[in-house]
Amino acid sequence: MSLLPFCQWLADTPGSIALHESLFMYPLVESAHVLTLCLFLGLAIMFDLRLLGFTLTRVPITEIKRRMGPWMLAGFAVMVVTGALLFYAIPVRSYQSIWFRGKVVALILAGLNAFVFHATIDRKVADWDLDPKPPRAARVAGATSLILWAIIVVSGRMIAYNWFDCDKQPQPHIVNIAAGCVVPPPAGGR
Amino acid sequence: MDLLPFIDWVASSPLSKWISQSRWAFAVIESIHLLALSVIGGSVLIVDLRLLGFGIRTHTLEEIARQAQPWFLGSWTVMITTGLLLFWSEPQKLYYSAPFAVKMSCLLLGTIFALTVRRKVTLADEGQVNAIWLKLVALVSLALWFGVGAGGRWVGFSG
Repeated sequence: MSLLPFCQWLADTPGSIALHESLFMYPLVESAHVLTLCLFLGLAIMFDLRLLGFTLTRVPITEIKRRMGPWMLAGFAVMVVTGALLFYAIPVRSYQSIWFRGKVVALILAGLNAFVFHATIDRKVADWDLDPKPPRAARVAGATSLILWAIIVVSGRMIAYNWFDCDKQPQPHIVNIAAGCVVPPPAGGR
Repeated sequence: MDLLPFIDWVASSPLSKWISQSRWAFAVIESIHLLALSVIGGSVLIVDLRLLGFGIRTHTLEEIARQAQPWFLGSWTVMITTGLLLFWSEPQKLYYSAPFAVKMSCLLLGTIFALTVRRKVTLADEGQVNAIWLKLVALVSLALWFGVGAGGRWVGFSG
């Protein structure tokens, strides 16, 4: 199944064209996307570092979650909305970007990691809430989250570079496969 | 004081040429800059949210500030190092960039503020400082760091 026709249709909608060609809206949306990293990811990193026993070691895990959770959720909502808008502005090129695809995979893995954490060791958080160094399973979840989010941030930043874009041929075969490039590239589209 | 000779000297240095001509260098340095941004954001917010009354309640402000401080200083150092390298690669563009001037002003003020007023307030006995002052300190801190971040992002959009 290819989402390419959908992305091509999306790219031709008036809203997508307007956002893509706007002088200020696109930079504003992108700035919001980047700066909200501080709110969502910054606090998530502090939480992960607490899971690893590297900071706030005397503060209960549940207290950090209770007090910082709403801020993280709000930040995440802004990330999702602005991220969706950025995709909406440049659907075809994003869809055919190996960086964007890598980012989506890492996002799914980060979601799975969070789900596994909440479904397993976090259920027994009462037993280790005050441990300066939480149990191994919690530390693994924290470290996994940090690595995945680092990949998400870096691959997200790399989307801006056109090294592996489909309209820059020849590319290594593996890149064309991974990016879902149509070779030779059709005219137009973004 | 005329900075232009210095700017031109930076631009002609081998390091500057290497970063600006390399395919990967700028992107890699910038990625590290962004990762450190997330860490510095978290270490600032966890304290400022507390100052505003939205943070962790079970522990003293001093404890939270002390535990966040190494992460703030560590990520600040990474930000400055990678930021210097980014500056080194395109000094002439940045010299004439208004957003960059805003960013540097906010960075200077934010750093001084963090190491003086904000540090004094966060390490003081909480009852001794009026809650209004705590909130004001947090708002000034957040505004200055926002200026640094927004100015930095806007550098890339202009010119």
